[in-house]
Amino acid sequence: MPSSRFTGHDDFIFRNAGLALDEKTGLPQIEVVNRKRFRGALGLTIEYRPQKRQLQMSKVAMFVPCFVDQLLPQIALDTARVLERLGFEVTVPSKQTCCGQPAFNSGYWQLARPIAQRFVRIFALADAVVCPSGSCTAMVRCFYPELLAGTREFENAKSLGARAYEFSEFLARVAQVTDIGATFPHKVALHDACHALRELGIRDAPRQLLRSVRGLELVNLPRSEECCGFGGTFAANFATISAAMGAAKADNAETSGAEYLTSTDPSCLLHMDGILRRRRSAVRTIHLSGIMACTRPRSSQMETPK
Amino acid sequence: MSAASDQFLREATAKSVDVELRQIVRRGIDHYDAAVLRGKARFADWEAARRRCREIRAEAISHLETYLLEFEGRLTERGGRVFWAETAEDARNYILDVATSARVRTVAKSKSMVSEEIHLNAALEDRGMKVWETDLGEFIVQLRKEPPFHIVTPAMHLTRRQIAQLFREKLGGVQAEDPQSLVALVREELRRAFFSAEMGITGANFLVADSGMIAITSNEGNARLCASLPRIHVAIAGIEKVIPRLEDLALLWPVLATAGTGQQITCYNTLIGGPRAPGETDGPEEFHVVLLDNGRTRLLADAEQREALHCIRCGACLNACPVFRSIGGHAYGTVYSGPIGSVITPHLAGLEEYQHLSYASSLCGACTEVCPVKIDLHHHLLRNRRDAATQKLRPLSERIAFRLWQWAMLDAGRFRIAGWIGRRAARLAYRMGLEGTVLDPARGWTKHRKAPAIPRDSFRSVWRKSRAR
Repeated sequence: MPSSRFTGHDDFIFRNAGLALDEKTGLPQIEVVNRKRFRGALGLTIEYRPQKRQLQMSKVAMFVPCFVDQLLPQIALDTARVLERLGFEVTVPSKQTCCGQPAFNSGYWQLARPIAQRFVRIFALADAVVCPSGSCTAMVRCFYPELLAGTREFENAKSLGARAYEFSEFLARVAQVTDIGATFPHKVALHDACHALRELGIRDAPRQLLRSVRGLELVNLPRSEECCGFGGTFAANFATISAAMGAAKADNAETSGAEYLTSTDPSCLLHMDGILRRRRSAVRTIHLSGIMACTRPRSSQMETPK
Repeated sequence: MSAASDQFLREATAKSVDVELRQIVRRGIDHYDAAVLRGKARFADWEAARRRCREIRAEAISHLETYLLEFEGRLTERGGRVFWAETAEDARNYILDVATSARVRTVAKSKSMVSEEIHLNAALEDRGMKVWETDLGEFIVQLRKEPPFHIVTPAMHLTRRQIAQLFREKLGGVQAEDPQSLVALVREELRRAFFSAEMGITGANFLVADSGMIAITSNEGNARLCASLPRIHVAIAGIEKVIPRLEDLALLWPVLATAGTGQQITCYNTLIGGPRAPGETDGPEEFHVVLLDNGRTRLLADAEQREALHCIRCGACLNACPVFRSIGGHAYGTVYSGPIGSVITPHLAGLEEYQHLSYASSLCGACTEVCPVKIDLHHHLLRNRRDAATQKLRPLSERIAFRLWQWAMLDAGRFRIAGWIGRRAARLAYRMGLEGTVLDPARGWTKHRKAPAIPRDSFRSVWRKSRAR
């Protein structure tokens, strides 16, 4: 092998970060130090036990993406509501702003680096971090190790990456709860958001959650794994290409017969909502947390954006 | 922004609203997808095959010098000639010298992207030679005076009807539109070309080091006619095409066919090891292999992105790419389009001129997922972006915007205030009906999408209030 630092797509970051992926779960393998209570602060350990009693004791810190905080507050509220209903104590570190992904993805790694270091420090004491966005989670878990290589925060970033979870992944894989008593009597199509799917390897978790929702009919979305065209600054810098990709996704959502298009990622949905409403489509968008937070068949309150 | 970038934006904008083109491309790729699905199912373990292919290619690229010298040695023993071309110009000049000293007037060519890269056809035609593209797709785009639309399927953007129309205009006397008649017509034309050509030019899919042979893959049998009928055969290939052993083809051939077209193996796979030997009945009198660098050693020196040289040019990443499917190959304005083109073109032809291609991606990763040699394509786009920003090749407005953004994001108070002002301003502007107009600061977004309903309160303020109770 050449002296390339990267050896493969699926596991390159973790190998680079010195973490191996668990073959069964696809999650980073974590050294077990303390089984009773997980202490992530020193980057040592997490052991999640699926028993209810243990879960009720658990604290989770919510990582609220910057644009969700500003434009889609309902998504974060729904996420918190679901987590609390499951017995987690939810904290929202008030110093958090952004993970740095917009600058990182635009090439401004030097500008993104202090933001990332700040983020690592803010969440250093959290036992587990839950984020209602696969893309922002991927930034922390998959890209921080490369961005912060050679800095003081590198080790903490790696351990934080192992404790940072996307919402559906946290529920289905970590808390191991899929049925949380949600009701949503509608036809729903699931868009596989790219970063959740290809960076984090999340495919089944949102489906497991949706299948357990009362009254919900999960319809087949053709080409569900094809990008919707959001892509961050790409959506503005190459707006016509982005819109063409969005149109293809909207066509598929309409042929699926769904009333709602859902996904793990609010950014995809923000884009698709704009595309669908522009073409006066009957299909509406809702984030996964909105569906999971719905306990009575009154969905109109949960639409994104609110 | 560079001229190439301006042109890309114009072309991409035009093509992304060309619904007809998009449907043609989509239909083509849907057929491809179905075939590849069947093709992969024939492998006991496609993932293992990808991993092994990657190992083979990594071995070749990390010992490039050894294997190329071995290839040259073996080939020269059998009377082949090897020319090392550092630049496109070197390669062109060598081929022109061979052609003019042998008084070549007609050239029969099989498909070669490297010949596109060095603009060989134009150079030969300038010297008064007639150049025949003998791959059906290349023949069609040559008639249209276009570059190939796709590195594997050059005429993917055309319907059968458009092709029939083209033949009527350029070749005359055709009425039928069925594929058989169209192919028969081209076959007739090309037979004349094969028999009159003094020189045949082919690419090479692989350069096999341990046997000193080139391996050519085709579906039409035109490559081996180009390689065996004319008096002179020139094969041209990038230096990265070398593989260590003949037995590696046992895996690389089927993987290339599967990833490229969904076939188990392509119709013709030819190994050529030299000119006609004494006692042999066919083959050319002269056999030349031109090994082209043209920037590839620059990529080789880059430990981080070197693996882009593993590429076997199967075209799978183009087919998987939603951007390619939306704008097609011509809009890129480069020889190599799609994800692999966006990754390597800045290295081969200059970052300043071609950095925009790395930004014209949603970073969805579909390319990386399908790459049969597991190149980390979409992450290399990120690294190209990093290099462009570090070298200050981005527009000043963007650089200032991100500095301001960083300043706001480094402090929760500043973030909150900036957000508050932004939301107020947007609510006011949209209430005044400015959405999507030139006065809309978010016009890049709202030109094609309805703006979201901007909330009065941010999550953090709602959360703080609800917890205070």
